[in-house]
Amino acid sequence: MQPEAQAPDAQARGALEVAVLVSIGRHPLTGRARRADQDARGVELAMSLDKSRITLVHAGVLDEESEGALRGYLGMGFQALTLVEQPPGADVIPALASALSEAKPQLVITGERAEQGEGSGLLPYLLAERLGWPMVSGLANVEKVENGVATLLQALPRGQRRRLQVRLPAIVTVDGAASAARQSAYGPARRGEMRLAEAPAVFDEASNDWTVQAARKRPKRLKIVKAASARDRFKAAAAKAEGGGGQVLSDVTPEQGAEAIYKLLKEEAVLR
Amino acid sequence: MLETLLPILIFSALGLAVIGAWRRIRLWRQGRPSPVPILKGLAAMPRRYLVDLHHVVGRDKVMSNTHVATAGGFVLAAVLMILVHGLGLAQGVLGWALLVASAIMFVGSLFVARRRRNPPARLSKGPWMRLPKSLMAFSLSVFLITLPTVGVLPADFGSWILAVALAAVVTWGLGEMFFGMTWGGPMKHAFAGALHLAFHRRAERFGGGRSTGLKALNLDDPKVSLGVETPSDFTWNQLLGFDACVQCGRCEAVCPAFAAGQPLNPKKLIQDMVVGMTGGSDANYAGSPYPDKPVGEHHGDPHGPIVAREGKALVDAETLWSCTTCRACVEECPMMIEHVDAIVDMRRFLTLEHGNTPNKGAEVLDNLIATDNPGGFEPGSRMHWAADLNLPVMRDVKQADVLLWLGDGAFDMRNQRTLRALIKVLRGAGVDFAVLGNEERDSGDVARRLGDEATFQSLAKRNIATLSQYRFQRIVTCDPHSFHVLKNEYGELGGNYEVFHHSTYIAELYEAGRLHFAPWKGGKVTYHDPCYLGRYNGEYEAPRNVLRALGIEVAEMARSGFRSRCCGGGGGAPITDIPGKQRIPDMRMNDVKETGAELVAVGCPQCTAMLEGVVDATAEIRDIAELVADALVPESEARAQPTGEARIAIKEVAS
Ligand code: SF4
Ligand code: SF4
Repeated sequence: MQPEAQAPDAQARGALEVAVLVSIGRHPLTGRARRADQDARGVELAMSLDKSRITLVHAGVLDEESEGALRGYLGMGFQALTLVEQPPGADVIPALASALSEAKPQLVITGERAEQGEGSGLLPYLLAERLGWPMVSGLANVEKVENGVATLLQALPRGQRRRLQVRLPAIVTVDGAASAARQSAYGPARRGEMRLAEAPAVFDEASNDWTVQAARKRPKRLKIVKAASARDRFKAAAAKAEGGGGQVLSDVTPEQGAEAIYKLLKEEAVLR
Repeated sequence: MLETLLPILIFSALGLAVIGAWRRIRLWRQGRPSPVPILKGLAAMPRRYLVDLHHVVGRDKVMSNTHVATAGGFVLAAVLMILVHGLGLAQGVLGWALLVASAIMFVGSLFVARRRRNPPARLSKGPWMRLPKSLMAFSLSVFLITLPTVGVLPADFGSWILAVALAAVVTWGLGEMFFGMTWGGPMKHAFAGALHLAFHRRAERFGGGRSTGLKALNLDDPKVSLGVETPSDFTWNQLLGFDACVQCGRCEAVCPAFAAGQPLNPKKLIQDMVVGMTGGSDANYAGSPYPDKPVGEHHGDPHGPIVAREGKALVDAETLWSCTTCRACVEECPMMIEHVDAIVDMRRFLTLEHGNTPNKGAEVLDNLIATDNPGGFEPGSRMHWAADLNLPVMRDVKQADVLLWLGDGAFDMRNQRTLRALIKVLRGAGVDFAVLGNEERDSGDVARRLGDEATFQSLAKRNIATLSQYRFQRIVTCDPHSFHVLKNEYGELGGNYEVFHHSTYIAELYEAGRLHFAPWKGGKVTYHDPCYLGRYNGEYEAPRNVLRALGIEVAEMARSGFRSRCCGGGGGAPITDIPGKQRIPDMRMNDVKETGAELVAVGCPQCTAMLEGVVDATAEIRDIAELVADALVPESEARAQPTGEARIAIKEVAS
C-alpha cells in the first residue's frame, strides 16, 4: 500500500512472506462450491500488500467440486496453490499448523469463518494457539509492515475502524469489511498448479458424536422502538448499540471473568 | 523516348508491386492459422465482388456508379496498358480499348474528386485526399500516351519537355496504383479487399446467406492463452480483412456507441488493428478519432499487447467494452469486415485471461456461474411469476408442439407482463406448448458477449442436455437474444433446433386463422427492430405483419429495418456501462419522437427495459405480444360481432 514506507523494510528482509488459508465456499442460494467470499477477500488483501510473496494454502479433500472452487482462487492470478491433502472428516488444524510451521510465513490471512462444514470460526484461534502467534480478527486492511511489525486496520461495527499494531508472525482474519475480491479469470485458473504437501491426518474424533443439520437463519432479537416521529425512529435505527446492561471487567482474575460470563449466560438462558 | 521508357516504368512498378504484395502477405501470415479453401475462394472472388460487395455499395447509388467506373476502368486500363505499352502489342483494337478504359476511369475519378471536395465527417482525409488526383493522373496520362500509339497524334508529337512531363505523371499514376496498392497506400484496399473476399472467414455471407453466430473458442487445451491478446493472435484472414478497410466510415456513421460519445469508432478500431499488424503508432490516422481520445498516443506491434494492463497500448479496454454488438457496422461495411468478431475476440482475452470485465461484469458472470442467471436469483424461483398460470412443464408432459423458452426475463417484473401476454396468445390460439420451468438456464448470450466463452459453453451444454430429454417441434421465445443463441450458436456445440421469435410465430398463427383481433383503436405506432432479430436474423417482416394484422399502420422511423439503431442493451453494454455524452436509448426514443408515434412496439425484453428507462419519453413501450393479447377476441365473438373493417368480409358472409 505504501511503497515508500515499506521499501527499506522490504530491502532489508526481502519480500514479506504471506500465507492465505483458503477454503471451499458454498453459494448461499444454490449450494454450489465456489471461492469462499471472505477467504477470497483475504487473498485480495494479500495481493494489495506491497512486495509480498503469497502462498495459497488449502487443507482438505481434492475432488471435482473442490478443485473447481480452488481454481477460483488461482484465477485471481496465481501459478500454484499448496494443497495439504486430508481425508474427509479429518481435523485440518494439526495439518495446517505443521504446514505453516514448516513454511514459516510472517503473516497468515484467512476468512472469519468457513461457508460450510463446522463454520465455527474457531480455526484461526486454534491455529494461533497452537503456533503461539498473536491473532487479530475482522481486518479491513493491512496498512503497512515495518521492521516485523504490522499496522492493521480493524473493522468495528457501524463503519468504525481501530488501528492496531501487531508483531509478526501473526494470524489475521478478514470479513466483509475488507475489499471485495477481484474477478477470477478462467485461463489462469485452469492453468494453475496444485502442489501437494504432506501433513499428518488426524481424525476429528469429536465429530463422530455430532448430528449435522442444515443451518437456519438465526432469529433476530426484535428491538422495540417507541418513537413519536420519523426522526426518532431514524435515530434509534442509526444509534450505536448501547451496552446499557453490560459491564466492563478489567484487571480481574480469569476465574472472576469466567464467573461473570457464566452468570450472564445463565441470565440470558443460553445455559440452563 | 516514351516508347523505351514506358515498358521500363510499367515493369518496375509491377515488380515493386509484387515485392510489396509479398511483404504484405507476410504481415497477414503473422496471424493464427485459419483453414479456407484457397482455390475455391479465388474462383468465387469475382462473383463476391460484383454481386455481394456491390449489393452493399449500391445502397449509395452515386458512389456505387463512381466505383464501377473507376475500378472497372482501372482494371481494364491496367491490363491493356501492360499489353499495349509494356509488351508493345499496339496493333488494332487494343489501343482503342485502352483509350476507352482510361476515359471511363477518368470520368469515375472526376466523381471521386467531387465527393472529396466537401467530404462528410465519416471519410478519412490524409492520403485519401490525394487519391482522386492520383486516379486522374493515371487515367489522363495513360489516355494521352495512347493517343500517338493508335495514330491519332503523330508519334513525334510535342517536344521532349512534354514527353518528360508526361513520363512524370505516368510515374505518379503508376506509383499510386501499382506500388501504393501493396505498400500501404489508399489503393491497398483493392489488393487486400480482393483477397479478403476470396478468403473470408464467413463464406456463408456471400450469395445472400447469413452468418452471424460467434465462432466457438476451443477450450480443450489448457496450455493455450484464450482470446486475442496481440494482433498476431487474430487469424490471418482476420488481419487480411482489417487491411481491406477503405476508411469509408460507413460503420462510424451508424455506430450507436460513437454517436453517444462513448470511446469507440469501429473504423478507427479496424485501423488500429492495421497499425498493430504493421507496428507503429496511430499518429497517421486521418479520420474521426475515438470520442475524446486524441490520436497519436497509442501504439502497438504485432506481438505486443493490444490492451495494456496498465497505461496505454494499442486500444483502451473501454473502447472494446463500449460496443453493443449491434452489428450495424458489419451490415454497412462494403468490405464485409467483421468488427464484432474482432471485438469479442479481444474481450475474450480480457475476461478469460486478465479477469478484467468492467463494472458489473464480474458480478454478472459470477451469478451466471453460481445461479445460472445473471441477476443471481434463486434458480428455483424462476417460475414464481407464473404460479397462477398452471403452465405445462416439460418434466411432466415430456413432449409438446412448442417449447416456450422464457429467458431470464422470467425474473424481471416488466418482462413478466410480456410473458403473461404471450401465454394468453398461445392459449387463445390453442397451441400445445410447455416450458422447461426451473430446468431452464440463461442461454449464455450475455456471458459470451462479455467474453466469457467458458461460462457460455457450460450453460449451452447443460441447456442442450436438458433439451435433448424432451420432444418438441420448435422453440418459441420472446427474447431475440435467446433466439439467436439457440438458433445460431448452439449448433456448433451440438444443439440444432427450429427456433421462432414470438412475432414470427404469432404471424404464422394469424395466417393460419387461429387468432382473431379486435381493430386497433389507439394512436400512431412505430416499431423498433431489435438488432438480434433484424440484423442478426433477417426478420424484419413478421413483426410488421403482426402489427398490420392488428390494424396498425406502422409509422417507420428514419432508421428502421436493417438500419435500425440499437437500443443500447446488447452485448452486455448496460453491464459494462462505459460512460459517454448521451445515452443510446435516449437517442432511440428521440427517433421515436420524430415519427410522432404515441406507442412504440418492441419485440425484445432488453429493448423494453432500455427504452422504458428513458425519462420523459413521448411514447409508451409495448411488446408485440402485449398488443396482440390486448386485441385478442375469441373466434366465436369475432364471427358474431364484427367490429372493424378487418372483419367486414366475415360479416357479409355471416348475414
Ligand atoms: S470498416 Fe468497413 S465500413 Fe468501416 S471504414 Fe472500413 S470499409 Fe468502411
Ligand atoms: S456492433 Fe454496433 S456498437 Fe459495436 S462497433 Fe459496430 S456499430 Fe458500434
